[in-house]
Amino acid sequence: MSEIFHRLNNTAGRATPGLTRRGFLIGMAAGSAVFGFAGAALQAAKGGKTGQVPGQTPAGFEPTVWYHIDAQGIVTININRAEMGQHVGTALARIVAEELEADWNSVRLRYVDVEPKYAPFVTGGSWSVFNSYYPLSRAGAAGRIALVEAGAKLLSAAPANCVARNGRVIGPAGEISYGEIVARGDLLRTLSAAEVAALPLKPAAQRRLLARETRAIDIPDKTNGKAVFSIDVRVGGMVFGRPLAPPTRNGAAVSAIDDSAAKAVPGYLQTVRIKDPSLVVDGYVVVLAENWMAAMAASEKVKVTWTAGKTAAVTSEKLAEFGRAQIADQAAGTYVINDEGFDHAVSSAARTLERNYSTSLLMHFQMEPLSAIARQTEGGHWELHSGSQWQSLSLPVLSKSLGVPEDRIHMKTYLLGGGFGRRLNDDFVLMAALAAKASGKTVKLMFTREDDCLITSGRTPSVQKLRAAITPDKTIAAFEHHVAAGWATEVIAPALLAKGVGGKLYDPFVVLGAETWYEFGKIRLRSMSNTLVNNTYRTGWQRGVGSGFMNFGIESFVDELAREIGQDPVAFRLAHLRGKGKNAGAPDRSDGGALRQAAVLKRVVELSGYGKRRLPADTALGIATTTGQEREMPTWIACAAQVHVDRKSGVIQCQKLTLVIDCGTVIHPDGALAQAQGGALFGLSIALHEGARFENGQVADRNLDSYTPLRMRDVPEMQIEFARNTYRPMPMGEPPLTVVAPAIANAIFNAVGVRLRELPLRPQAVLAALQSRT
Amino acid sequence: MSTAFKINGQQVSVNDAGDTPLLWVIRDTLGITGTKFGCGIGMCGACTVHVNGRAVRSCLTAVQDVAGAAITTIEGLNPRGEHPLQSAWIRHQVPQCGYCQSGQIMQAAALLKDIPKPTDADINEVMSGNLCRCMAYVRIKAAILDAAAVMRGKKP
Repeated sequence: MSEIFHRLNNTAGRATPGLTRRGFLIGMAAGSAVFGFAGAALQAAKGGKTGQVPGQTPAGFEPTVWYHIDAQGIVTININRAEMGQHVGTALARIVAEELEADWNSVRLRYVDVEPKYAPFVTGGSWSVFNSYYPLSRAGAAGRIALVEAGAKLLSAAPANCVARNGRVIGPAGEISYGEIVARGDLLRTLSAAEVAALPLKPAAQRRLLARETRAIDIPDKTNGKAVFSIDVRVGGMVFGRPLAPPTRNGAAVSAIDDSAAKAVPGYLQTVRIKDPSLVVDGYVVVLAENWMAAMAASEKVKVTWTAGKTAAVTSEKLAEFGRAQIADQAAGTYVINDEGFDHAVSSAARTLERNYSTSLLMHFQMEPLSAIARQTEGGHWELHSGSQWQSLSLPVLSKSLGVPEDRIHMKTYLLGGGFGRRLNDDFVLMAALAAKASGKTVKLMFTREDDCLITSGRTPSVQKLRAAITPDKTIAAFEHHVAAGWATEVIAPALLAKGVGGKLYDPFVVLGAETWYEFGKIRLRSMSNTLVNNTYRTGWQRGVGSGFMNFGIESFVDELAREIGQDPVAFRLAHLRGKGKNAGAPDRSDGGALRQAAVLKRVVELSGYGKRRLPADTALGIATTTGQEREMPTWIACAAQVHVDRKSGVIQCQKLTLVIDCGTVIHPDGALAQAQGGALFGLSIALHEGARFENGQVADRNLDSYTPLRMRDVPEMQIEFARNTYRPMPMGEPPLTVVAPAIANAIFNAVGVRLRELPLRPQAVLAALQSRT
Repeated sequence: MSTAFKINGQQVSVNDAGDTPLLWVIRDTLGITGTKFGCGIGMCGACTVHVNGRAVRSCLTAVQDVAGAAITTIEGLNPRGEHPLQSAWIRHQVPQCGYCQSGQIMQAAALLKDIPKPTDADINEVMSGNLCRCMAYVRIKAAILDAAAVMRGKKP
């Protein structure tokens, strides 16, 4: 899975060679200093005059600019990530400002629109901070070096005798602000690739911003109505569109449209068929009107006749059955891991324990229903306005569907009213663009909440089988995990499929979290693409992705395994988290390895009082531990859930969640805490409150009347602690949610002795399990 | 048919059909976009505004029913955006994506008018109608308690 980062940059966007492979250039443009990668035109720019605007030099200086400083000292940092609640702009700006020695009060954010020079555009995978940490730190350091040199000159001092602090260069006999250096200085400095790579970053003890408290820059406008989301955008001459969904997500065809009744609706304009050469939104129909209310009213009156695709009779049960059959077929799927000697280890063992788990479809249910504006501008250009997470993936598809080169498609960015992975899939943007193309109008396409759920890209249902081989001396000789689930990557981003045993492909995001840090002997991990899921809806990536559902199986099973051999689940885990061999960890990526996971586990036991505290009847603590997303960027997490189960009603009440998290250096501590709080509650919501059904090939739960995420009254007491260390920063967006559901399931077992293996964990399942025991 | 009412202190008259939800009149006809569309069935609270001081779901309120009323949206809650709740929202760093927060703040403002010293249970009761998908609930509650204390005279 380690290739993902590399492949992401090379397949899913215009390749932007990393800073370390290219030099860095600092120069003057329009009265401000710009700091960016220096491309092939580095030599030309070196010879050029200061004051030239990047991009306009004859040799074509490539201004991949990350930040600039103006003569007033204002540092503007360009953010190419979607701001969707994670305060990513603040985190990335802190990284730059730390090494730049910028005055934090002078830092501004600029969320850039999609342009090749800022690519790739992807906000997901919890990659932002992890991937940007070194490049942005070095970008800051390079700028500081140039400013110190220019400042020293103005102070008539030797650079070696000057230091940068808080937006100023301080020499032996005076100091000068960054703004004044920019105003008076003659900044032109290049650093070669080798120099950039050798730039030392500050020792942690000298950090002044990272791991220190600060406020998120995006917050004030979110308290007064000023924040602009894509649904708030208006452009001149736009009409409003509402989609009508075909009876099946794929393979449906429009046979007739009758809009005679809609014509009575004042403001109704027309109904267009979406013909999509990419087949992503083929078969949809969009009703257009002068305003949104008319589009809504007319859409109720337009009668469309479709021929359905093959999935018109699909139900949740059929999706699960399909997956179970795949798991039963030994020849199906791709072995992600298949250790030599696995079968021998199993056959030599005294016994095996086998359990099956399943998880249901989940809605993203981001608060802002999907919307996008599309308009064709002069010269065959397109302007698209949307809240999107992965424009670099969308551009080639948009290009194919619209029949124009990518450089004529201009995507504007906005704040996202929640993403959670839904907006990694830009099917809604494509639909808006094709409606605009079909009608020749500027179209603002909006989804109602029901449309948003119906045209879902939600978390795939999964079925899983786990089995362990136990030796006579109660050690684990072999551990296998089989999963059948929708492969979003196969459908939406096939170039990112990974290669398993024998070169067979698999979806790396489905098996996230499954390559654990436990020493469980010989390992087998097999993944099946549930093609019925893939055909029934446009399965997508949802917060946590595989780590969310795979860990429900793994961490439930580990508890069951411990019980099976008569050990305490925590002691059992610790005995297998020894940090040896492949679990020792890799420098800079996973320093310490499994021992850090053991450390957070021990700490959560201490904090929660697991095994020590006496709790009331039918109340217990359950433990789980996970390691986030890719094995190459682990966030070590342990959770203790205190749960009470009502034996009469089956109601499961989570009373307290205790989490201990080791994500290395905590870039923005309060932001990380917010992610932990919100992420853990998101995990609790998934565990107890969510889950959607498929009926007749469609999502049946389309609004809050039957899809019921956690509310304030359901919030348990929460205690969250972060490990304090200075390792490389690791992700926080998704990992906290992955640990909660199995902790709850384990707590239920500890409270009332029943094991639930289907997510969400429902009162009816508790009652059924209690009854079957008596 | 025209409907006249006050919004954020300003007298307006709109020509939308009487059954048009107030939400869309505010957002599309008047172009005041701080009030959000979330579910359309009154169950998420993102569209909460005040009508004559009471919190209502504007997605379920027909514009004809607010004729002559005084409406307040997030933009009008305080002229400088410094209502004690808004200040507490910043102190507690409440918003994540921020989309639901206008509705949360408007609901909380009505709550504090009715119950100046709310208990945890009061807040759960009133605020559970407002969904926050980022699940920033812990901070929403803390900010409400803090704002309530400030409104009773505590130094922020």
